Amino acid sequence: MQNNPSAQAATGLTRPPRARARRGSRYWPFILPAVVFYVFVVLVPGIQGAGFSFTDWDGLNPSFSFVGIDNYIRLAGDPQAVRAVLNTLGLAVVATVLENLIGLLLALALNGRLKSRHILRVVFFAPVVILTIVIAFLWQYIYTPDGPLNSVLRGIGLDGLAQNWLGDPKIALWSIAAIVIWQFSGYSMIIFLAGLQSVPAEQLEAASLDGAGPFARFWYVVRPLLAPAITVNLMLSLIRGFMVFDQIWVTTQGGPAQSTDSLSTLVYRNAFQYGELGYSAAIAVVLTVFVAVFGIVQYRYVLRSGVAK
Amino acid sequence: MNRYTARTGTLEGVMILVGILFLFPIYILVNLSIRPLDDLSSPLVPTTNPTFDNFVNAWNQAGLGGALINSAIITVVSVALIVLLSSSAAYALARATARWSTVSFYGFMIGLLIPFQLGLIPLYKTMSQLGLLGSLLPLIIIYVGLRLPFSIFLFVQFLRQIPLDYEEAASLDGAGVFQTFFRVVLPLVRPVTGTVIILNGLFTWNDFLTPLLYLSGSGNQTIPVAIYTFVGEYATQWQLVFAALIIGALPVLIAFFFIQKSLIQGLASGVKG
Repeated sequence: MQNNPSAQAATGLTRPPRARARRGSRYWPFILPAVVFYVFVVLVPGIQGAGFSFTDWDGLNPSFSFVGIDNYIRLAGDPQAVRAVLNTLGLAVVATVLENLIGLLLALALNGRLKSRHILRVVFFAPVVILTIVIAFLWQYIYTPDGPLNSVLRGIGLDGLAQNWLGDPKIALWSIAAIVIWQFSGYSMIIFLAGLQSVPAEQLEAASLDGAGPFARFWYVVRPLLAPAITVNLMLSLIRGFMVFDQIWVTTQGGPAQSTDSLSTLVYRNAFQYGELGYSAAIAVVLTVFVAVFGIVQYRYVLRSGVAK
Repeated sequence: MNRYTARTGTLEGVMILVGILFLFPIYILVNLSIRPLDDLSSPLVPTTNPTFDNFVNAWNQAGLGGALINSAIITVVSVALIVLLSSSAAYALARATARWSTVSFYGFMIGLLIPFQLGLIPLYKTMSQLGLLGSLLPLIIIYVGLRLPFSIFLFVQFLRQIPLDYEEAASLDGAGVFQTFFRVVLPLVRPVTGTVIILNGLFTWNDFLTPLLYLSGSGNQTIPVAIYTFVGEYATQWQLVFAALIIGALPVLIAFFFIQKSLIQGLASGVKG
């Protein structure tokens, strides 16, 4: 689609040495099938979706009218939507920070000499390969008021900590965040472990001989080399956090009292339960803006800090 | 750096303890799934008279057999297409120096930032106009399109680190671009191919929302949808539910145990600067 012959010719002329026989025209058959799928599944529906956000379409009626930014105005004044925005941000940020912190600590501990490191890596990564909906149902049971978690807390004399984990609007969202963190910390760990493979042991040893403590060693030797892993990890957990759906839908369906609604569940509910397609599309656009802004900002920030130090 | 000191021993003890705590939910899952329906003791207490009846009953009542086959077909076909299309697209994007290649690369990367929800409804509408609802085909098309950006990203990153020498040698020997791609490039990118297969396989096998929408009302279901429906019907019989949950989780868990080493190595090549 971006096949502009004059642009190609120009590039070919201005960069002769590296361009020997790779001007590109021979390569387009390789990219065409991917472009077709991508345009059909992601780009066109995405643009259509953004377009529907300016209409009052109900999803069934073939006729609908353009309503300008009415859906967005309604969204700004809808306490339920505002709540969902805050929930989504809170969930994404908390899950990203904790997943990466826990994942990093696990990776640092299991990169070393422990005899049990191989089996422990499997243990911490295991939730990643279990069906999300299996995990969601399992935790729904664990969180029941007389369920395993509260039994354990009462058993060790911490009755005061026993909660109605999913039924109390004040903590339900964080109970769900805990599920997500339990599920994906191992994923961060694996990527950090992979990144740690590029930290040479001699360099750590040299630093340690120079009298660097564990924190100094981490900050000056390990962290800069981990920059690519940090970038990938933050990106993946943020995007995952913004789009959490299964865990919420299975455990609370957005309740109690809408306290766990995220933008994802709100999109789904408005589109497929309330028949408010236009409004639902506007919510999806807001979600897109969040993902894009956070994604780009954190990518550039990490890139800069990774290069600077 | 290979001394095993007292501090290492302490760390080992702490990590094993953390690992056991971490597995607490899995213990509950397994413990209840092997428990007879009339055993009402606390879920924390190990089951005294284990039984496999729950697995048999769950398998039969949830129709997990058909769902397993559907999930397997969707996963295998989608992942095969994703690998083929993303590796070939990445080859073009990494090797062609024309401007369209840079523009297309960023075009694909935009896809990483577009949440699926944005196109969810228009795409559903299109698929229903094409009469594809209820079949496995729209799911495969969606997974391929949806997963291309991330897979292309991984392949391009890797290809950019591979020197051109092999391909140049092949082309000096008279190989065309297609021959070079299939005979030289595909074998070279094998480490990333492993990662791409695993990550996309997991995503496809796990996905719940898409089949929930596209297969609802049809006789077809995938494992996550079958389990969701089953739990809805038997919500109070946790033993049965947990047996079904284990059946759904087991295939991937087994696969993971065999490939965990190559998974870590594959991911390593993806995040090296």
